[in-house]
Amino acid sequence: MGWDEARKMGWQELPLGGLIPVAGNTEKYQTGGWRTFRPMLDLAKCTDCAICWYYCPDSAVVFEGQLMLGFNLAHCKGCGVCAAVCPTRVVAITMIEEGDAERQYGAEGRVTPDAKTAAKAGGPRKPPAE
Amino acid sequence: MGMIVAYTGNQALAEAMRQIDPDVCAAYPITPSTQVMETFSEYVADGKVHTELIPVESEHSALSACVGAAAAGARVTTATSSQGLALMHEILYIAASLRLPIVLANVNRALSGPINIHVDHSDSMGSRDAGWIQLYSENAQEAYDNLIQAVRIAEHPAVLTPVMVCLDGFTVSHSIQRMELLADAEVRGFVGHYAPRASLLDLERPVTFGALDLQDYYIEHKRQQREALDGHALRVIREVGSDFGTVAGRPYDLFESYRLVDAELGILIMSSASGSVKEAVDHLRERGVKAGALRLRAFRPFPAREIAQAVGVLRVLAVLDRAEAFGTPGGPLFADVRTALFDLPTRPRVVNYIFGLGGRDFLPEDAEGVFARLATLPDAGPWCRCANIWASAPRGETQRRGHGNHNRGGRARDPLVRSEGAVGQAAEHETGPPGRRPPAVRWVQRGDCRAPGLARQPVPPCGH
Repeated sequence: MGWDEARKMGWQELPLGGLIPVAGNTEKYQTGGWRTFRPMLDLAKCTDCAICWYYCPDSAVVFEGQLMLGFNLAHCKGCGVCAAVCPTRVVAITMIEEGDAERQYGAEGRVTPDAKTAAKAGGPRKPPAE
Repeated sequence: MGMIVAYTGNQALAEAMRQIDPDVCAAYPITPSTQVMETFSEYVADGKVHTELIPVESEHSALSACVGAAAAGARVTTATSSQGLALMHEILYIAASLRLPIVLANVNRALSGPINIHVDHSDSMGSRDAGWIQLYSENAQEAYDNLIQAVRIAEHPAVLTPVMVCLDGFTVSHSIQRMELLADAEVRGFVGHYAPRASLLDLERPVTFGALDLQDYYIEHKRQQREALDGHALRVIREVGSDFGTVAGRPYDLFESYRLVDAELGILIMSSASGSVKEAVDHLRERGVKAGALRLRAFRPFPAREIAQAVGVLRVLAVLDRAEAFGTPGGPLFADVRTALFDLPTRPRVVNYIFGLGGRDFLPEDAEGVFARLATLPDAGPWCRCANIWASAPRGETQRRGHGNHNRGGRARDPLVRSEGAVGQAAEHETGPPGRRPPAVRWVQRGDCRAPGLARQPVPPCGH
């Protein structure tokens, strides 16, 4: 089974039936570009319940151990399920129009740790590596 | 010689499955295929096979589970009919396009509605473009033999395509026939060990099945399917059939030619009704009529060249379809046969009859009637759809409705024609009081088969 992603393969070279001879390469397909709304996390309110992590259809909520760090913007499609399931007494996630978010926070920015939550986490939280 | 038994078609299939001993069967019952899995489930319960039997909630789930199991490297078989096959429809395409060598026994039964549980080929014809190989069996012996060969055909590396083994519902599936079994070891040896090309359970070489294609690759994957079916499957079916002959003493080919070599009049037909045709051929040959028959076994892939060679010498050929293809010039088999013959410099006149829908019987006298009609046809003439349903005579109390009047030529005594020469009378289905046998359904009456622009004629140009 040949597999060459650099060029279009002909029918004789392709694995039969659309079989892909690797597992999990869907990760390379960066669907973050589909987003029209961006989730913004307020770390001061977040209780690290991980309900948003559980429901995210793109596995785009990033945790480090027990602590919520933020969102993987390379794959987040902006569906808003995380904001919808964040418990009503918490409301740590709001959806912001992507254009506004980009102007305000750039392509990256998402979290705003304050001193209190930074201390809880044992230091300022780092955004996840892309 | 192997063990001689008296089995129904369903028992024969269950026995073949027992000897194949597949890894997984996922199935849902439907008349008339139910007994295949019912019997097989007894073998599972008694520990006679190692199969993981998954009773699912519908045929859609059955084939989906089969696809999942096959993608996990299992050898998989299942059985269904009619509405069940129709419910599997979307998954049939998936099984074929994922190149999974699933073997499915389809006990042919008419598609509803009205609801009819008896034999016709509308179910498998409805799926003829799904990319599956389709083999049609005449009797229980052939169904048994076909199922065993199907495993080898499907798993062949140049094919890797699922196979549907068809047999007629009730007439074959439920009638007890004398047949010969192979020994367990012979079947095991014939099907061999299955080494899947990839498996979801292979952690050393992980793969993804069922991925997305965009506009840039879909057609390439379809081209691969065409290569398998058109380029290799015909050859593989013949090779496996020949190998099987060495083991069982019964070789198999793409079709069976019956007294066709010097024939002038021919019938092309599939499955059990071919028995009636072969008997009619014998009667006619005794009377000096040069009749012959071709019983097609491999319908998909369609052996166009081989059929053209076999029937090209006939004067007239009737293709008998046990399924309708509404809104087309003829039935599904007719369409493929005509295409196969189109380029021949000399070719027979080809006509089409739709027969036996919903289990209506087709007897040797009906076949003789077809040959009698063929004998009256001139060599050339336009084909039209009028009166191409073969309405057979009733036999005893089992056929209380709908009899011929078969559509003989001539205008005498036709109870459905209200006034002679009437143009454009639509098909009528008459039901009468019990005891009075109503005429069978017929299509458009005489006078309506003129091509547009032709002057009105008392006898239509086709001569029907």
